[in-house]
Formats: sequence, structure tokens, C-alpha cells
Amino acid sequence: MPGEKILLAGGGTSKSWKLLLALRILAFIATLAAAIVMGLNKETKTLVVATIGTIPIKATLTAKFQDTPAFVFFVIANAMVSFHNLLMIALQIFSRKLEHKGFRLLSVAILDMLNSTLVAAAANAAVFIAELGKNGNKHAKWNKVCDRFTTYCDHGRGALIAAFAGVILMLLVSSVSISRLSINSKKSSTAAAVASP
Amino acid sequence: MVNLTKRIGALVLRLAAFGAALAALIVMVTSHERASFFAVSLEAKYTDMAAFKYFVIANAVVSVYSFLVLFLPKESLLWKFVVVLDLVMTMLLTSSLSAALAVAQVGKKGNANAGWLPICGQVPKFCDQVTGALIAGFVALVLYVLLLLYSLHSVVDPFLLQKS
Repeated sequence: MPGEKILLAGGGTSKSWKLLLALRILAFIATLAAAIVMGLNKETKTLVVATIGTIPIKATLTAKFQDTPAFVFFVIANAMVSFHNLLMIALQIFSRKLEHKGFRLLSVAILDMLNSTLVAAAANAAVFIAELGKNGNKHAKWNKVCDRFTTYCDHGRGALIAAFAGVILMLLVSSVSISRLSINSKKSSTAAAVASP
Repeated sequence: MVNLTKRIGALVLRLAAFGAALAALIVMVTSHERASFFAVSLEAKYTDMAAFKYFVIANAVVSVYSFLVLFLPKESLLWKFVVVLDLVMTMLLTSSLSAALAVAQVGKKGNANAGWLPICGQVPKFCDQVTGALIAGFVALVLYVLLLLYSLHSVVDPFLLQKS
């Protein structure tokens, strides 16, 4: 335990409030974009599957995100995290005066930490599966998907970039939330006390 | 006295997390199997899949970090930094576990729409060892979430337990 403990008292300054609000809005947009782009990711293509004599046999194949459980997890997790951000934005804007009541700041910090780990897991699972689809795996004899379904892969790539931006933004949001738990006497806006046992 | 028990509890948690991450790392690294049929030899190692390599690297980083934090002295100012670093390590652990799990699921069940056949039928011992490594990684993750909450509690006193 460190030698000095800092008591919780009122939340951070208005500067940290504005920073947190801006970061949350960006994280909400990023994760929502990732969820929507991957959720609407679908491509149907007619491919030649085999050739009998001189007659090629065509089959219509569809690549959709529901085929892969990792992408389903990706869509659901990003939707959940964007909903969490929306809720926190609403809480921040509409009840600014009540921030120091009870466990509000602590529960916001804990929820932010849990959600940032969730979106990190979802983005990472999807990126490794996408890498398998793009490069294949010759040890396991899994062939590439991206050379035939290029639009599907492009949309997936966009969703992954948005999700990783969301991961970085959620990490920043968690850090700012944690720092708002403790008060520095130089920048406090309500009464605070620093105890040194 | 309560402080001492809390501190010992935190040390035990971190030691357990270090052990779990190290176990996950070792079990994944030592998993390889050679299967041969019809004069075709198939060897499965953890380096075949990028997700398993990332799992090994992430657990190595977490093990080293846990080992270093075990020796952090009580009055150091770095404990405030440990909160954010614990969050980063938890994110690293979840992402590595999630990626390895996604790839292992494709290896076990295959993906009919992409034409990917499951490989677990041909190399069952490799699959079992990878499963064991993933379970150890999951235990390390749970312990790290608890450690994260504990570090938050020890640096900031949100329940106002310390009277001024």
C-alpha cells in the first residue's frame, strides 16, 4: 500500500469532464461504426465450382459475417460497448451535479475498465480470423477467402480499423475515469481532503 | 493487522496470476504433435497459427510484468502507475485468449462456409494441450481482473475507509 491515501470527494475538474465527454463521444462513434459495418457485411457471388467436360458448374456462394463465431462476437461486443458509452454520455450530461453521490464514480470507472477489456478481446479475435481468411494457413490446409470475396474483406477491414480505434479510445476513457476518482488539491473543484496515515 | 493480511492476499493473488500465465505459456510452447498416415506426415506446432504465437508472447509479457511487480516495495510511488499497467495487461490477456480461442474453435469445428476442415481429428494430443493452455490463460485472466480491482482499491480509497 502506498504511504498516502487520497479520499474520494467530488469528481474531477471541468477540464477532465470535457475531455472525458469528448473521448466518450469518439469511442461511441468508433464502436458503433465497427458494429454496423460488420453487421451489414455480406457478399453474394456466383463462382465456378467445377467443370464437367466443357460445362462449368456455377454455384452461388454467400459470405456473411454470421458464418464465423468470432465476427458474431465482434458485432455483439461492439454494440454493447457503444451502448455503454451512450449511457455514460447521457449520465454525464444530465446529472453532472450528482457525481459525488455514493458509488457513482467508482461504478463508472469499473464499468469502463470491463468494457475496454471486452472491446479489446472482440477486436483481436476478429483480426486474427480475418488474417486467416486473407492469408490462409498452409499447415492446416485452409485456403484463402479474400481473393474471391474482395468486397467482404474490404468492409471487414474497415470495421476492424474502427474497432481498434475504439479500443485505444476506450483505454483512454478508462484512464481518465480512474484519474477522476482521486482528487489533487491543486485542481479540485469541490472540497477534498488528503489523508496521510 | 488488516493491512498486513490485505497485502499478503494481494501478493498471493499476484503470485498465482504469475504462475497461471507462466503455465499457459509453457503448455502452449511444448505442444507439438506429428501425425502420419499414408506416408504423408503432418506436424502441428504452436507456430503454425499466428494467434497462438500472439498468445505465447502476451502471456510472456504478463508473466514478466507480474514477476517484477511482486518485488515492488510498499511505499513506492509507482503503485499509481500499476493501476493503469494492470488494466493494459488485462486487455492484453483477454485479447490473446480471445484470439487463440477463436482460432482453436475453427480448428476443432471447422468452417463449412469457407471450406475449412477441422484438424483436431488428426492431431488430438495437440488439440488437448492447446485446450489446457487456454484454460490456464483463462485462470490468469480472472486473477488479473481481481488484481485490477484490488490495485484500484489500494491506490484510491473510494469507500472512504480512511477517516481524515
